[in-house]
Amino acid sequence: MKIAVCIKRVPDTETRIRIAADGVSADEAGVKFILNPYDEFAVEEALQRKEKAGAGEVVVIALGPDAAQETMRTALAMGADRGVLLRADAIPADVLAVAKALAAELKDGGYDLVLFGKIAADDCAQAVGPMTAELLGLPCVTAVSKLELDGGKGVAHREIEGGVEVVEFALPAVLTADKGLNTPRYPALKGIMAAKKKPVEVKPVTFAAPRLRVAALEMPPARKEGRIVGEGPDAVPELVRLLREEAKVL
Amino acid sequence: MASRFDGVDFYDVASLLSEDERAVQATVRQWVDEKLLPVINRHYVEGTFPKELIPEMAQLGFLGANLPEQYGCAGLGNVAYGLIMQELERGDSGIRSFASVQGGLVMYPIFAFGSEEQKRRWLPKLASGELIGCFGLTEPDFGSNPGGMITTARETGGGWVLNGAKMWITNGSMAGVAIIWAKTGAVDDARSIRGFIVPTDTPGFTAKDQKGKLSLRASDTSELVLQDVTVGKDALLPASQGLKSPLMCLTQARYGIAWGVVGAAMACYDEALRYGKQRVMFGRPIAGFQLQQQRLADMLTEITKAQLLVLQLGRMKDAGTMTPEQVSLAKRNNVDMACECAREARRLLGANGILVEYAAMRHLVNLESVYTYEGTHDMHTLILGEAVTGLSAFE
Repeated sequence: MKIAVCIKRVPDTETRIRIAADGVSADEAGVKFILNPYDEFAVEEALQRKEKAGAGEVVVIALGPDAAQETMRTALAMGADRGVLLRADAIPADVLAVAKALAAELKDGGYDLVLFGKIAADDCAQAVGPMTAELLGLPCVTAVSKLELDGGKGVAHREIEGGVEVVEFALPAVLTADKGLNTPRYPALKGIMAAKKKPVEVKPVTFAAPRLRVAALEMPPARKEGRIVGEGPDAVPELVRLLREEAKVL
Repeated sequence: MASRFDGVDFYDVASLLSEDERAVQATVRQWVDEKLLPVINRHYVEGTFPKELIPEMAQLGFLGANLPEQYGCAGLGNVAYGLIMQELERGDSGIRSFASVQGGLVMYPIFAFGSEEQKRRWLPKLASGELIGCFGLTEPDFGSNPGGMITTARETGGGWVLNGAKMWITNGSMAGVAIIWAKTGAVDDARSIRGFIVPTDTPGFTAKDQKGKLSLRASDTSELVLQDVTVGKDALLPASQGLKSPLMCLTQARYGIAWGVVGAAMACYDEALRYGKQRVMFGRPIAGFQLQQQRLADMLTEITKAQLLVLQLGRMKDAGTMTPEQVSLAKRNNVDMACECAREARRLLGANGILVEYAAMRHLVNLESVYTYEGTHDMHTLILGEAVTGLSAFE
């Protein structure tokens, strides 16, 4: 079973983000970068599928700067066989451009399965997976929390509002992984040492003129300090008045 | 539950680490947060070692991590090894002690003084956690002066007969194999000390749990008694020769301690900083008061110095130029530093600082053992004194 996992290097989700001087990007100084958390589920699923099949290959593919190789090595340390870095100085805001670059790489790869995380922790676009599937002409199931594969067919569970949707699809297919799909393994120390020797192919990519650009990046407004309007039952009329007239929630 | 530990790195020491060293640190850090910290308080209070964690520690490669891959180990450099110790001891000194003993005091002597056959027989099982080991050097009446030991090994036709007692032995009761140091010659001949690999189920070998510990409660500390313990010729570590051999092992373990305690200090500093920013007194966070800021500034300064000290020590160890005296300096400085951090953190936490829900006091009392074991603080003072003056104050 040959599986591709498309991964992304994102700022650590606990990092405090600062906006850079250009006003349209995040300041990377002092920011720790990690493998996108949802991509960990995708990597783990690929490894388990390969282990179950007893044979195959897991290829991790990332688009980004050279520094993304360190992120890629996390996936290689977990057990992926090799990596492909589509090198770009910056990841375009136009996610279709990213999907096109990935689709071009995946097209002739002979993959049975292409996995993504369901969402990237930085831009939250949730678009690259489905767009790539469309460009490849493959079925796509997003936010998969349970997966069964049997021969050329698959059954995936998706957690939707108030229930579970069960979807059948034919392989090859593109899936995006949700929490609950599995428990990602720790990169073991031997795996970390082995990852240093695994091949990573670096291919420069270029993009057509962007159709989309980030115009501004703003921090959420600082929360105003709370106000205590009084104590006990006596405060209720004033509280109700404020909720109605000021907050306009009643 | 405190939020995730993000390290203490005021001087961007991470930039001095290689990519794989950072990756090793990240794995151990995450494992400590997710697996060790949720269970450590219960084990500490109950006075038990978290044995259930051994298989995963082994599977991830934490045991004997700086020994070669051909014996089932991870084959890491010494800085990566140090970072493992640092992250483990951020969790608890008892867990780091377990890993230090297994790697530095059991696997290392087999690797350094054992025959190829012994290495192949024992090291993979010790790396996989299938077998736990302990190190028997210290005796009830011979702590700082191990050369005075009275445990003996007498050669017989088919092998060796060992007699004696060993004290303060980490992992002693759960060990399947013990590295026992004994005199093969006269009782005043420290040059006749040799090392033996002794399976603990050999008749005459008994281990007794040390009761009444107020420190390192999540660690197995035992007394070993060897009464006519008969082992084969293949129990002898052929390349062990005199007191120098066990002291070489101690250098390995002390190296790990010098790293480990930085982790304990970081845990205390991190806890004190978070607490100080949240705890309100006189209408504002106590971290805004000058006295608490001095505590935090002192801790941060000492941790940063200690971090840089062990990093350079590790680079020298990788280069093969590290001396035992340099390890003494690092063990002495860093353990003392960690004791001070733990004490100040405990004090900053006020009354809450005495509770097990907070880590500072657990680290504080653990570190009192670390201050004393593996060469007491005082002995390292005298080792350094001898190194710079050429005059021994104890021999």
